[in-house]
Amino acid sequence: MSARLVDSSAWRQRSLIMRAVVRILVVYLPIAALALLFTLPLIWLVSSSLKPETQVFEFPPRFIPRQIRWDNYPDVFTLFPFVTSARNTLAVVFGVMAGRLLTASMAAYAFARLRFPGRNALFVVVLGTLMIPYHVTLIPQYLLFRDLGWLNTFKPLIVPYWFGGGAFFIFLLRQFFQTIPTEYDDAARIDGCGFVGIYRRIILPMSLPALGTTAIFTFMWEWNDVLAPLIYLNTPDKRTLAVAFQEWQRIPHGSDAISHPWNQIMAVAFLVCLPPLFVFFFAQRYFIQGVVISGVKG
Amino acid sequence: MMRVGASLAGRPWWRSRLRRQEVLVAYLFVLPWIIGFLVFTAGPILVSFILSFTHYKIITPATAVGLDNYTAMIRDRNFWQSLRVTTYYTFGSVPLNVALGYLLALMLNQKIKGLSFWRTTFFMPSIVPILAVSYLFAWIFNPNIGLVNGLLRQVGIHGPQWFSSREWVIPTFIIMSLWGVGGGMVLYLAALQGVPTALYDAAKADGANAWRRFYHVTLPMTSPVIFFNFLMGLIGSFQVFASAFFVTSGGPANASLFYVLYLFRNGWEYFRMGYASALAWVLFLIIMGATLVTFKLSGRLVYYETSEN
Repeated sequence: MSARLVDSSAWRQRSLIMRAVVRILVVYLPIAALALLFTLPLIWLVSSSLKPETQVFEFPPRFIPRQIRWDNYPDVFTLFPFVTSARNTLAVVFGVMAGRLLTASMAAYAFARLRFPGRNALFVVVLGTLMIPYHVTLIPQYLLFRDLGWLNTFKPLIVPYWFGGGAFFIFLLRQFFQTIPTEYDDAARIDGCGFVGIYRRIILPMSLPALGTTAIFTFMWEWNDVLAPLIYLNTPDKRTLAVAFQEWQRIPHGSDAISHPWNQIMAVAFLVCLPPLFVFFFAQRYFIQGVVISGVKG
Repeated sequence: MMRVGASLAGRPWWRSRLRRQEVLVAYLFVLPWIIGFLVFTAGPILVSFILSFTHYKIITPATAVGLDNYTAMIRDRNFWQSLRVTTYYTFGSVPLNVALGYLLALMLNQKIKGLSFWRTTFFMPSIVPILAVSYLFAWIFNPNIGLVNGLLRQVGIHGPQWFSSREWVIPTFIIMSLWGVGGGMVLYLAALQGVPTALYDAAKADGANAWRRFYHVTLPMTSPVIFFNFLMGLIGSFQVFASAFFVTSGGPANASLFYVLYLFRNGWEYFRMGYASALAWVLFLIIMGATLVTFKLSGRLVYYETSEN
């Protein structure tokens, strides 16, 4: 302590300050500059959505509107069928989520905890399906659902996920289930708990983080899905946001002549962003954890 | 410690009933997946293989045509164009995404203040729905009234036509994909933070400078995650559809005719289900091939710890 007091001459202090300045310049400045670059598109999205139509094309570009026009939002609610298509999207999202949480966790439980003939071989098949592009199965699935009379219903988008919920999630949940000590199972068994009971009373309640990750990923992916809704849903009352929006606003290629002004398009785009951003901010910890579990340990 | 398993072994009849129960429950629990695999994956793959040898226009029954679809593909200029576009995009976007994501992670891994704030800032764009990203970037890169060319004009540069230019459309898609680099960055960051500090201490003791510590410790220890991301990026970039569909719908002059967009058009716009099935199978083979090649090439580049973690 006394040595440091003696050492702290004015010169030394200055060199410390110099080092701090260099550190800010070398470490923080590039990070902050990049962070600004990454944030600009979002700022531009919000700012454009709040501009009056006449100010959208202003040159030079302004990030803060000279005049804020909140009315763009009520306007797009009447111009664009937001409520109907958001409701449709949510119906698909939660339909998939329920099926996936149930059936993927069941399969994952069997693979993680139960011993049965063919377990390893079946699990290799699960992993193998990770490599199969969705598009190879798309046409036969379409024909199957057409023959079942399911076109223009949500069933083709939801029902497949009630059968295992996708290899990725079986894998993710199995990884997590394996980290739960088997002593819990043994204790439950002594108390007279069966295998279904262990799944329901031990594994599921202890796996809320992994189930949360599954739910969040499902939300993000299904909210984002374009191809399947495009193929299966035709009428305006059934369209999800992505399809309805594309229908509402096609960008005619290479021209500025668009059917809706950019401030309105940006307002709808921002509304579409809101639910995922909302979920992200509320469940950020699970979210990043989930990305990491699936990526690093995969 | 008294193990439960040991006490069970003493009662064979009870144990075997327990085993029967275990096996029964296991199959019941795996059953939904098995049905799903057969009905929605294995079956359709077989059916699409068969369909790829037919002409099938949806309204009329399928007719067998042998290898016609595949020979037609060789002569189909749009098929080659879509393959070229997708390959160009893949070779541009995947390495850049990996490199930039890793670089960002390295920058954030320097014991900086406010890590979670920076991480959130870089990660957030990757959760913006593709629909919003597409229209936002179409607007930002609009050649005449967009933000980018507006800013360039201010410094006296006449910007390119971006999505409207045959030369620039794919580079612009690549730039757009880089906005989502935060997803990979989060993974790299977690991997970087998982590198044991003891390894760095040992390297320092051996007199390794910062670059050698990075090259001999950091890089090998994080190589599995880099590899994983590279592979996922590769598989994903062959399947790009939504952004091309929203922004350019394949234009200008098919300069952004991504493979899956072309497949979709054949299936649901021209109703050539047989040809679309053949395209799907070729995509399947390309992805499998690319995966195998990546695995082969990475064999010596990726370091896996053999001891259990």
